[in-house]
Amino acid sequence: MSLSSFRLGRRYVLLCAALGIAACGSEQDITPAESPSFPAGFPEPIYSYRNNPVTEEGFELGRALFYDPILSKDGSVSCGSCHRQEAAFADPGSPVTQGVGGKEGSRNTPALANLRWSRAFFWDGGGNHLELVPLAPITNPLEMGENLSSVIRKLNRDPEYVQAFRKAFQHRDTVNSQQLFRALAQFMGELVSAGSPYDQFQNGKAEALTPEQKKGLVVFKGKCGTCHQPGLFTDHSFRNNGLDADTPQDTGRHLVTESPTDVGRFKVPSLRNVALTSPYMHDGRFGTLQQVLEHYDTGVRRSATLDPALDGPTPGIQLSQAEKRQLLAFLQSLTDQSFIGNKRFAAPRP
Amino acid sequence: MKSLMPRQAALLSIILTLMLSFSCSEDPEAVPQSGEVTLVFDHVVGNFPLSLEDLEYTNANGDGFRVSKFQYYISNLVFRKADGTEYHQPESYYLVDESIPSSKLVSVKDVPPGDYSGLSFTIGVDSARNVAGAQTGALDPANGMFWSWNTGYVFLKLEGTSPQSKNGGLVFHTGGFQAPHNSLRTVSLPFLAGQKLRVEASRTPRVSLSADVLRLFQGVNTIRFSELSSTMGGANSVKVADNYTRMFTVGHMRE
Repeated sequence: MSLSSFRLGRRYVLLCAALGIAACGSEQDITPAESPSFPAGFPEPIYSYRNNPVTEEGFELGRALFYDPILSKDGSVSCGSCHRQEAAFADPGSPVTQGVGGKEGSRNTPALANLRWSRAFFWDGGGNHLELVPLAPITNPLEMGENLSSVIRKLNRDPEYVQAFRKAFQHRDTVNSQQLFRALAQFMGELVSAGSPYDQFQNGKAEALTPEQKKGLVVFKGKCGTCHQPGLFTDHSFRNNGLDADTPQDTGRHLVTESPTDVGRFKVPSLRNVALTSPYMHDGRFGTLQQVLEHYDTGVRRSATLDPALDGPTPGIQLSQAEKRQLLAFLQSLTDQSFIGNKRFAAPRP
Repeated sequence: MKSLMPRQAALLSIILTLMLSFSCSEDPEAVPQSGEVTLVFDHVVGNFPLSLEDLEYTNANGDGFRVSKFQYYISNLVFRKADGTEYHQPESYYLVDESIPSSKLVSVKDVPPGDYSGLSFTIGVDSARNVAGAQTGALDPANGMFWSWNTGYVFLKLEGTSPQSKNGGLVFHTGGFQAPHNSLRTVSLPFLAGQKLRVEASRTPRVSLSADVLRLFQGVNTIRFSELSSTMGGANSVKVADNYTRMFTVGHMRE
């Protein structure tokens, strides 16, 4: 649906360029006449595609790269090895990442959806731009273990890739890292999940949620919605949700800012498709949503940086058994079958 | 285009030509021809030339050290005239690397003619480009001057060894563009007294700029390798950055 409007936008830019309108270097002022390609109720995306308009060729190239282990040191691990579509691009069952040579990382593979609305990436928010996100897993010795120049060399040695890059980015030159990152950003950016029963309910289809789920939505808004704001189901903040009393080995946001007030803070993850993305938390310590709710009810531990929203005479979020049942039912309604079943997002056939 | 009749095509091309010739406010022919300046970077350690071979140097604290890698970004070059007017080079990003001789010759084209009295530049990569996504050329992350886990450019790398270092190694990587750990520093260098840099179309003057590695470790903060032998951005990187504002001196100018 969105691709045709982007094509139109590109033609418009080309036409303007041909007419000399952009000849004075004011190229950036041109706003392509593109219709919003994002769901109603979502804010303007952070990653606008302005410098990287999506094309069919670019998206398909990004998709091929996403599923190609050529990006890893020994050709054994692709982005898709850990980000699995059936699990909303999380890694089902693995508490932490599994990289080249069976190496284990220290954090849980995050689900991928609605990335264009993220300002900060990774559990600690160390990534500041969608295009550069893949650089971290590609170069992490515990993940894909490769270096960027080597990836670019391999791609340039592959005639099919060279041709695909030339088509996608309209050039006759060699492949560079900007094109690699922009192709991947086109694929990642198009991974939009907004077709769950919850969304259908929001769009006026009252029967999309069961009575239990409707009760759960009310509980959710009252007790979880401050941080997991409905819509994107995150407020993009970094918080300490009381997993550990002492200074944890992985200090989270503190690794990025070096600020003592950030010790133990991690990004509030989106809850879209959360029923599929087990295990939970930055280190994958909880296997089930039931355990997560138990944590918030009775497991929250005090520390210097515990989030104020969870602190009080009894830390945590007190939940009755009925509320937990209703919440679990509601969280199921965030599962987007049209997203995990979308063939455009699946591994391309060889 | 194919479907246009020849007459229509001719008319269209005339319109296009007219639009193109009037679309820019400045008529290029009215501007005097610009010139070119070559900046020649030279790396020293106190009174000695920097060598990446097996030479041992001594820092201000008396610690011995050897250097195996020395690279840094220079960005946003500004040439200043005596009357205060300035030329800001657009797209001004250079990666200078001791091990790559050609990187130490920076050719700056399209400098407006005139007599210049000084220049300034930033050590590092400005904050805008740190948050602008995938870049090319000097700013291509494939150059190895980029952190992926905390997105941003490494502004300067000095690596080597020192017997005083706890693990024997020196890894000074500076970077970070946000308060309170901003390692971007702008240096302003007046040319030597009485010297003017004359830029005109017919010549390519050379300005030599010397960077003294010793000054990374002295000045505002005396670095003792027993206490600090590794930085990866953050607060420790700022200690080195506060020193490197005084790392460069302008040397002679010649044709």
